[in-house]
Amino acid sequence: MIYDVSIWAIIIFIFFVAMVLGLSFYFARKTKSASGYYAAGGKIHWGVNGIAFAGDYLSAASFLGICGMIAFSGYDGFLYSIGYLAGWVVALFIVAEPMKRLGKYTFTDALDARFNSKSIKLTAAISTLIVSVFYLIPQMVGAGDLVVPLLGLPHWTGVLIVGSIVIFIVATAGMTSTTYVQFIKGGLLIIFSTILTAYILKNGLNLNPGDDYHEFIKIGAVTEGDKLTATSDSSYILKNTYTVDGKLTFAKIEKDQITRWFKLSADSSSLDEMLSISLQPDGTKLYNGEPKSASKFYQVGHLTRIEVDGEEVEETGPLGPFKYLSTLENSDLIRFTKKDIKEEQTTVWFQTATSGKDMIKPGLLYKISTRAGATFWTKLNFVSLMLALFFGTSALPHILIRYYTVPSQKAARKSTIVAIAAIGFFYMLTLFMGLGASVNGVLDLESSNMSGPLLAKFFGVGLFSIISAIAFATVLGTVSGLIVASSGAIAHDFMDKYLNMKMNDKQKVKAGKLAAFGVGIFAIILGILFKGMNVSFLVGLAFAVAASANLPAILFLLFWKKTTAKGIAWSIVTGIISSITIIALSPSLFEQYGLSKASAPIQLDNPGIISIPLAVIVLVIVSLMTQKDNVNKVENYHND
Amino acid sequence: MHGPAAKLEKDYAAAKKSRLGVILFVFYILVYSGFVIIGLIDPELMGLHIIGKQNLAIVYGFGLIILAIIMGFIYNYICTGIENKMNKEMEGRS
Repeated sequence: MIYDVSIWAIIIFIFFVAMVLGLSFYFARKTKSASGYYAAGGKIHWGVNGIAFAGDYLSAASFLGICGMIAFSGYDGFLYSIGYLAGWVVALFIVAEPMKRLGKYTFTDALDARFNSKSIKLTAAISTLIVSVFYLIPQMVGAGDLVVPLLGLPHWTGVLIVGSIVIFIVATAGMTSTTYVQFIKGGLLIIFSTILTAYILKNGLNLNPGDDYHEFIKIGAVTEGDKLTATSDSSYILKNTYTVDGKLTFAKIEKDQITRWFKLSADSSSLDEMLSISLQPDGTKLYNGEPKSASKFYQVGHLTRIEVDGEEVEETGPLGPFKYLSTLENSDLIRFTKKDIKEEQTTVWFQTATSGKDMIKPGLLYKISTRAGATFWTKLNFVSLMLALFFGTSALPHILIRYYTVPSQKAARKSTIVAIAAIGFFYMLTLFMGLGASVNGVLDLESSNMSGPLLAKFFGVGLFSIISAIAFATVLGTVSGLIVASSGAIAHDFMDKYLNMKMNDKQKVKAGKLAAFGVGIFAIILGILFKGMNVSFLVGLAFAVAASANLPAILFLLFWKKTTAKGIAWSIVTGIISSITIIALSPSLFEQYGLSKASAPIQLDNPGIISIPLAVIVLVIVSLMTQKDNVNKVENYHND
Repeated sequence: MHGPAAKLEKDYAAAKKSRLGVILFVFYILVYSGFVIIGLIDPELMGLHIIGKQNLAIVYGFGLIILAIIMGFIYNYICTGIENKMNKEMEGRS
């Protein structure tokens, strides 16, 4: 809405795609075997694999989602960075080397290495598919979202473009081309995020984000008792008032036949301009009372006071990273809070004065302090989120398959460390990118996901174009990894191992490519169907399902000798069903169904705290009940 | 049964490395839990300045990320040492 099509973004994106397709052609000639297709022949260098891990992991949710969340809700967005990175500790210390030692192409191979059990093959393949599909949907929806403003194309074209390119990448050279796409993308993302952060620090903090920044209107209010009756400026005509949440008064005001929305100040003395989007009876939308083309829906987010060493200043000039944070902490800013006025089919965003102190500590999004109104459920939600982030990472199938692309356990370990360093560094930058976006007047209130790219635009179209092209590439790379993981689950785990279809090496590759094609088409359809869905839910769902279904199985397989095949299979099934059920009954999804949040039977948005222990309990009980099955198991792990 | 995509040499150091991994993992879990528990019990503490002019949220949050990176390097250093020593010893014996 607020951005024009950038020719440079298109050129850079096309260049990137051409490079990726060229690479795929090049590697296609070398990918003839199943090992080449599913695991890049196990020949990738650990350094390349480490950055490719970062490429896999820093999906659109990380780059676009976290920056946006920090920009809108401060430090609470950064909690995701901390949790996502902490998950890698589990991957490094517990999962990396055994996964490499036990598996061949997929995570199912590793789980099944000791048992050769049909039930493990089936349940693990299903779990891989479910997690990958939940992860795929937000990536595809995100692809569509990016294409709309940047290339000026409709949503479905974006989904179709990304889907087709990815099918091509995966179907030509499988894991080899996917690895190099991830390597290039991961590397570029980290380099350009560093450059963007350097710009933010060089720019420092400034009360005036730019000459064209919108100056918000403030008019006097005339009240009788508690009731707003008129404005002090006769050119602003009060049309109607609404009380929202019992304490906020919103006023519909007309000037020069244009309707705008204002909020009555807390002391009832003035009316402050809000931003609004109103749905018209003919289906069109008015942005601040005018059509979209009038460009009246401004980019926002600004500081109201800056304090440096006890003195108030207009601007700070360049700041070091820590000085930037401490100066912001001593300053005040305006955030925007969203509310719906259902009677008018209007969404408004009102100015919310926020102290810098609140911005850089937890609490704006997750109400975890009793003072801020925390309840038992909000606290449990917070713990549950941190738990799912911590245990979800090392159970994501598209991350796990990357352990099979390197030649040895040592290389698996080293590539994980490269990944931790690269991802950790990037996540530290997210705090600066998010906070930078919140105070430089770049926020698009309609889409928090665009905060990072729009901040880049503030510093120049060139940087914007590159960052946008990388954001596209981010989607391409992550989707490729997910499709390889899904095709492995279908062709290798299910067709080859579970159904025991006798296939030679060539047929296995063909089956994998066909599966990739099928999953790709499915992903395109889902991406179009789920347009407009709040995508961060689905990523959270993928993490929660992975942490509940896969991680207990992995940990108990490695550390509890009494684990049986049936125990693992039942634990996976329990993890999948319990986590999905809890999410389906959660307040957030009830809101999506159009019901009230309070009517949800389980007041929990993150299921991990219930579903992970439940999967563990089922694993232990079923294993203890089926000990006799273990007599024949293959003792190839504990005897190492 | 099937083997890995690349042919692996037998790793005699696996058990020792696994033990070290668990110790470091438990240590990190304790530090991570500390962060979550402070957030739950007294989130206002997160606003207190502790080092320079930085609050606890920043120091602890960045600290968790940097700690993971440092522990990764330490783990790799020790593991490489164990592997070189044990695999050489065992191969000498066989």
